[in-house]
Amino acid sequence: MKVELSKSFDNKKPIFLQIKERIADQIINNQLKEHDQIPSTNQLVQFYKVNHLTVAKGITLLVEDEIIYKKRGVGMFVSEGAKEKLILQRREGFAEEFVLPMLEEAKKLRLTDDEIHKLMKEWKGRVKDED
Amino acid sequence: MRINVEVKNLSVQYKEFKALNNVNVTLESGKIYGLIGRNGAGKTSLLSLLASYRKPSSGFITINGESLFENEEWMPKVSFVHYTDYKDEHDTAKVYLELAERYRSTFDREYAEQLATVFKLALDKPIRKLSTGMQSVLNVIIGLASRSPITIFDEAYQGMDAPTREIFYKEVLEDQARFPRIIILSTHLVSEMEYLFDKVLMIHKGELVVHEPIDRLLQKGFSITGTADKVDQAVNGLQKLSEQKLGGTKSVMVYEELPEQKVEDIQQLGLEVEQVSLHDLFIQLTSDKEEGSK
Repeated sequence: MKVELSKSFDNKKPIFLQIKERIADQIINNQLKEHDQIPSTNQLVQFYKVNHLTVAKGITLLVEDEIIYKKRGVGMFVSEGAKEKLILQRREGFAEEFVLPMLEEAKKLRLTDDEIHKLMKEWKGRVKDED
Repeated sequence: MRINVEVKNLSVQYKEFKALNNVNVTLESGKIYGLIGRNGAGKTSLLSLLASYRKPSSGFITINGESLFENEEWMPKVSFVHYTDYKDEHDTAKVYLELAERYRSTFDREYAEQLATVFKLALDKPIRKLSTGMQSVLNVIIGLASRSPITIFDEAYQGMDAPTREIFYKEVLEDQARFPRIIILSTHLVSEMEYLFDKVLMIHKGELVVHEPIDRLLQKGFSITGTADKVDQAVNGLQKLSEQKLGGTKSVMVYEELPEQKVEDIQQLGLEVEQVSLHDLFIQLTSDKEEGSK
């Protein structure tokens, strides 16, 4: 399994959203399982070299979505059902985030629908299975 | 100890030269302030006033309501870490730690020695024989372990190599979490240190041009790139900091908080909207050209 350790951020998107996504990725990839403790704000700050206000903002989003929960004085943990919830959330954005840019690029390159379908079939074999 | 420092209408005049002009700012415990500015902008003047090294020409600084200048109770509670010339210092680092322990009531000797181990500082060598980087390490150790309610690091990283600076940053964050105080980091290493800052104090020509939480400040810097005429259309009415052209492509840096809807509208025009780093904002906000035009 690919371990998400990339530290660089994309400056087209607010960093706090990217922090949220990095943590969400780890939950989706099973690197963080239900009731696992997630790294502390300070650890995230030092790892990503991102300001703690930014980290806190990303975490707040996850808490609001009930993906993680806080235990006072102990830390933050992955909620029950967090992975399923994240998958559903991401599906909603899938078309806009991935399909639309692909279709736009395909249009520029004058690819026909049939050619796109064919490419998708060909490339499907290369997608790695989860574990 | 929770403290509150108020800087009110502070000015410093050296003969003809106005080093600081009407600076107003509040500093509070638990926050790390990033003080940035070009050479000669007035950073060290401001810090010297906070450390009571000099008297303001006008205005004042109060700490929990009391005047700070030559205040016997408060002066020992300010640590000012800056470059020190140790070329004639025959004493060892160990002697310095002993002195710090004697004169600073909040000094934690055990923590200082832990830091010496982490930084690999030779405690038994005469200080003049240490490298500049290691001399800076000694200053930083005393600054951190003093745990003063006001701790100032004025380009304290002189001569430290990159791994050593990393240790310094890590300790600042960790010890601040354990013992919250007012920490001011005056620095030219903007990109490298920005993640440490809670608030940014940007000084330009003696004036405090930015005094804001870093996340709010960064939300105001955008660059908009694409076809020149569309970029012009998008940035119309926004505060422009700089622009660059390459053939038919144009990139404009704007300084304004853009609501999400506005960002989407700009993207709809086929333009790229990117966030600007503190480093770039700093360069543009302190450039010598005329102020950004509307």
